[in-house]
Amino acid sequence: MEAASVAGGDRSVLERSPLARLPDRLLKYSLAALTALILALIVYFFIRLVGEAEPVFAKSGILDFAFNNDWNVGANHFGALPLVLGTLITSVLALIIGVPVAVATAVYLTELCPSRVKTPVTVLIELLAAVPSVVYGLWGIFFLAPKLQPLEQWLADRLSFIPFVGGGLVTIPNIFIAGLILAIMILPIVSAISREVIATVPPDHKEAALGLGATRWEMIRLAVLPYCRAGITGASMLGLGRAVGETIAVTIVIGDAPQLPHQLFGQGYSLAAVIANEFGEAQGLHRSALFAAGLALFVLTLLVNGVARLLVLRASRSRSASPANPASAGTAIVPAPVR
Amino acid sequence: MSGHGQAQRQLQRFAPSRARQRSDRLARGFILAATVIALIPLVLILYYLLSKGLSSWSPSFFTTDPTGNTFFAKASIGGIKSAILGTIEIVALASAISIPAGIGVAVWLVEYGGERLAAHLVRFFVDVLTGVPSIVFGLFIYIALIVGTGSSYAGYKGSLALSLLMLPVVIRSAEVVLQLVPGALREAALALGAPRWRVIFSVVLPTALPGMVTGVLLAIARAAGETAPLLFTAAATFKTDFNLGQFMNSLPVQIYNDVTSPTTSVVNRAWGAALTLVTMILILNLLARLVSRRSRLA
Repeated sequence: MEAASVAGGDRSVLERSPLARLPDRLLKYSLAALTALILALIVYFFIRLVGEAEPVFAKSGILDFAFNNDWNVGANHFGALPLVLGTLITSVLALIIGVPVAVATAVYLTELCPSRVKTPVTVLIELLAAVPSVVYGLWGIFFLAPKLQPLEQWLADRLSFIPFVGGGLVTIPNIFIAGLILAIMILPIVSAISREVIATVPPDHKEAALGLGATRWEMIRLAVLPYCRAGITGASMLGLGRAVGETIAVTIVIGDAPQLPHQLFGQGYSLAAVIANEFGEAQGLHRSALFAAGLALFVLTLLVNGVARLLVLRASRSRSASPANPASAGTAIVPAPVR
Repeated sequence: MSGHGQAQRQLQRFAPSRARQRSDRLARGFILAATVIALIPLVLILYYLLSKGLSSWSPSFFTTDPTGNTFFAKASIGGIKSAILGTIEIVALASAISIPAGIGVAVWLVEYGGERLAAHLVRFFVDVLTGVPSIVFGLFIYIALIVGTGSSYAGYKGSLALSLLMLPVVIRSAEVVLQLVPGALREAALALGAPRWRVIFSVVLPTALPGMVTGVLLAIARAAGETAPLLFTAAATFKTDFNLGQFMNSLPVQIYNDVTSPTTSVVNRAWGAALTLVTMILILNLLARLVSRRSRLA
């Protein structure tokens, strides 16, 4: 292509014949067409999803769907507030439990651990991402939930003065267990991206801190963590996106009760769970409501992931010299075949 | 960095005070503890999978289809043959679609897209796709191929849902590896007179191959464990059917259905199936790791 500019009027000696250039063009345009096709498909799917969800919005309005708390299949009325709240509460719970552990793991692996331990521990934590969602659900409902029930009951009794947490009877599938399972599930991705981000801290900063007499922990607190704040926030947001969209494990352990979540250790429901659970036998308006739940989920994860990407991207761009690119590292469960 | 003098003064207090040492030890202890805590679930999950799953493994477990007989204690509930074969078939078709397509898009991004606006748009969309919950992919395919055509569930529709899920993983991992192919290699080939397409096929792709295999294997491993996209696309059935146009069983969906059963033996079948599924996925992960260690670009 570059050679074309060399040729004035006649074909340059260096230039290929049009026939020989054909495969090049073919490849270029077919790859571009493939890419365009995939983009078009996504847009098409999105428009169709909006179309399928439309009847439920038309009946009682988007606001009623989002903020009404009556999800009643029998009465053909669908207010998704219990589901939205269930999704948000379990996801936030997952962040509260999961992020500190994930960041601590990342700090340990990048700054503190002996090099012999590093690879095996990294691999083990990445294996957590390999366990299928349905297996987490199976384990959660038959092992974790029954084992933790006495502890939860104890907590619920002791903390009865806190409105949402205390009091009431602990049920076996409950919101807290869902949050805990989600925390375990988001741990590998939050940890992996935090690790990438922490690895971009310039050694100068760390050495400066150590040189000024800081202890290891002070070095981490003063040089490493402030530098990584935006990146770690982005990592947490990506984890949040995962947690919001997680379906099967939550469906199994949350209890599937379409009521406003009134107790941490009681049953709840989530947007993704309601689809998995009710879609099979849903008809008419009910099905449309489930499509609307899917749309809500889609938009929610879009917002969360958009913000997360921006944060991680900005974190990596403002330190332009950093060789590792956390923005691309975060997109996959791929343990960076880079380096 | 505020001058030599200040550093000197700091240095004079060589040893940190007791309190600082204590807080250092404490914080490090917490960090170590958190790391150990992070590993506990994995150990517990693997332990329970093995202890519960192995007991339901038997030759007939892998060679018989599941049956619907769950109400009579004496009746055989069968094994997981159709689920294993279904998973392999569905995931194989999904891979056959998403791997070439994903690598194609990645090649376009790296070789032609570059920093153009269109390329950034595509990257953005791919990022969006990575974040989409897997159940939404199931809904997409349901709308397009089941509402749209008025036909029923089928194995290949499950494959399509999974391939949507795999696409972004394949694209992003392949893109990362393709970018690592040294520009000098491309330039050398171009300077020797090779046309662009030959450079791509005989230089860029072979160089990037081992690295891309890693990403592809991880994408396959992820797809194999997904339940949600299959629920309303491939559905579930008991019998083995090699026809991808029919309802098709799969390991995750069978586990999901068995979990909710009140019958103990059916729940045990779920544990056995889960152990099978996790073993398959771990083997894929292991392969991915081995390949990436071999990769010249890594």
